[in-house]
Amino acid sequence: MIESLELNNKSEKTDYNILNLGPTHPATHGVFQNILKMDGEIIHETTSTIGYIHRAFEKIAEHKPFYQITTLTDRLNYCSSPINNMGWHMTVEKLLGVEIPKRVDYMRVIIMEFARIADHLVCNSIIGADTGALTGFTYVFQWREKIYDIFEEVCGARLTTNIGRIGGMERDFSPACMKKMHDFLNDFPKYFDEFTLLLERNRIFMERNIGVGAISAERALNYGFTGPNLRAAGVDYDVRVMNPYSSYQDFDFMIPLGTQGDTYDRFVVRQHEIRESLKIIKQALNNIPEGKFFADVPDFFLPPKEEVYNNMEALIFHFKIVMGEATVPVGEVYHSVEGGNGELGFYMVSDGGRTPYRLHFRRPCFISYQAYPEMIKGSMLSDAILTMSSMNVIAGELDA
Amino acid sequence: MVQIDNQYILTELQDKFGERIYNSYEPYGLLTIELDKNSIKDVLQFLYNHKELQMQFLTDVCGIHYPHVVGKELGVVYHVHSLINNIRLRIKCFMPIENPAIDSATFLFSSANWQERETFDFYGIIFIGHPNLKRILNADEMDYFPMRKEYPLEDGTRTDKDDSYFGR
Repeated sequence: MIESLELNNKSEKTDYNILNLGPTHPATHGVFQNILKMDGEIIHETTSTIGYIHRAFEKIAEHKPFYQITTLTDRLNYCSSPINNMGWHMTVEKLLGVEIPKRVDYMRVIIMEFARIADHLVCNSIIGADTGALTGFTYVFQWREKIYDIFEEVCGARLTTNIGRIGGMERDFSPACMKKMHDFLNDFPKYFDEFTLLLERNRIFMERNIGVGAISAERALNYGFTGPNLRAAGVDYDVRVMNPYSSYQDFDFMIPLGTQGDTYDRFVVRQHEIRESLKIIKQALNNIPEGKFFADVPDFFLPPKEEVYNNMEALIFHFKIVMGEATVPVGEVYHSVEGGNGELGFYMVSDGGRTPYRLHFRRPCFISYQAYPEMIKGSMLSDAILTMSSMNVIAGELDA
Repeated sequence: MVQIDNQYILTELQDKFGERIYNSYEPYGLLTIELDKNSIKDVLQFLYNHKELQMQFLTDVCGIHYPHVVGKELGVVYHVHSLINNIRLRIKCFMPIENPAIDSATFLFSSANWQERETFDFYGIIFIGHPNLKRILNADEMDYFPMRKEYPLEDGTRTDKDDSYFGR
């Protein structure tokens, strides 16, 4: 990379090739457009165009009752929707000042860590696919499906989950769900080890990835990087540890760190985070407290159907919730969770109405993707593809 | 070693900027200050260079619109974070809708670039000194700022829907 940069400085070329990469290119895994000014195969300048799937979520959110916004958050980072859902529930709960039962916290942690595993599996196996090692991809993708089976068991949906409710979970873990979780924990590590063996210390893979798309810790912080991308550059900022939410302080886990901030470090950090997530899930499943799976917020948590049909109060609350007539306090709140690729923040201003007055999503992809032109300057086109997949940029979150 | 808490940040800021900080409060424990919009550069730089605070991480920039507050219709909300001390600060700057202009934070934070473009795109707030202030998520040809409250979510000329019971 350094060599090619020097090459650029020496040559005083004026005739560059313009290459339009995207918006729909099979190598970019999403709707991204980059107009590259190329000197041969070396990228000289990049102009990113985003917004192709902008759906005005922030505007829609100003017109939806709180419980309906959960489905909008699904579609941000759709590789780990449950984390977005839980982040949103926790934001509203923070605004309402609800005391959440410990069991709900643990259930949420389990779901969120499964989502993180799914997210990281997709990202890492795609780095493999982009380097030409498609085998790893086919090995682990069935495990993502099994995670989706677990989500399906909890909430009925797989990709855009709408999991959990404001004030708790929609239902307790069923025995079938528990079995699926335990099966996953028993079987997955073996396959994951195989995946690790395929890639992590694979000479070809390492040489392909080390030094590609590197960013220093200073630049990464200045660019607002969070999550695995920042930790790969060597900064140990993890929201789960810095500002624990949902009882994360109860669990014992490590924050994997890289040193170079390159594609390989991002890959390895994600690999280790998957292992840490497994550790967290095990601890949570072993220590999950007994109790209710919802908090006492009748204004937001739907009562069971048999009560709705037979009990007047339950019917009233059901009606109020569905029509979005619940009252909320006036105030403003910022809550952030550790999403699949960084700090996912919700800044909500409430004027006491049935919808948020203003809701802003702090989307980690949107903020870190602006470093992309700087990261790929002077590198080869194929490295640019690899850099993008290792940053785990998700179009839905980028464009909101 | 001083105790870094909201009170400390507020005292430091008030000592330095005094009258230019209009108001301060702590909703849900997060110190929020309302600031004279002309001081945003100075305050961000001061917080960045402060020996104890080291607020060097810009978490978030977004806009907000209060159509009924005359003279302070549009606002920009900054969330800055000191990763060393793990403490956040929210800064709000309000400006009149006739002349919505504020200094850009890009001189200090590269991450402000797209976030300010987004704020411009949604609210039409001009960031002075921004290297490339144009729309980012919406089409360039758009001639209005969609997140302002006067713009309806749906086409206002539709007559086939009655949403009055749904608060829309």
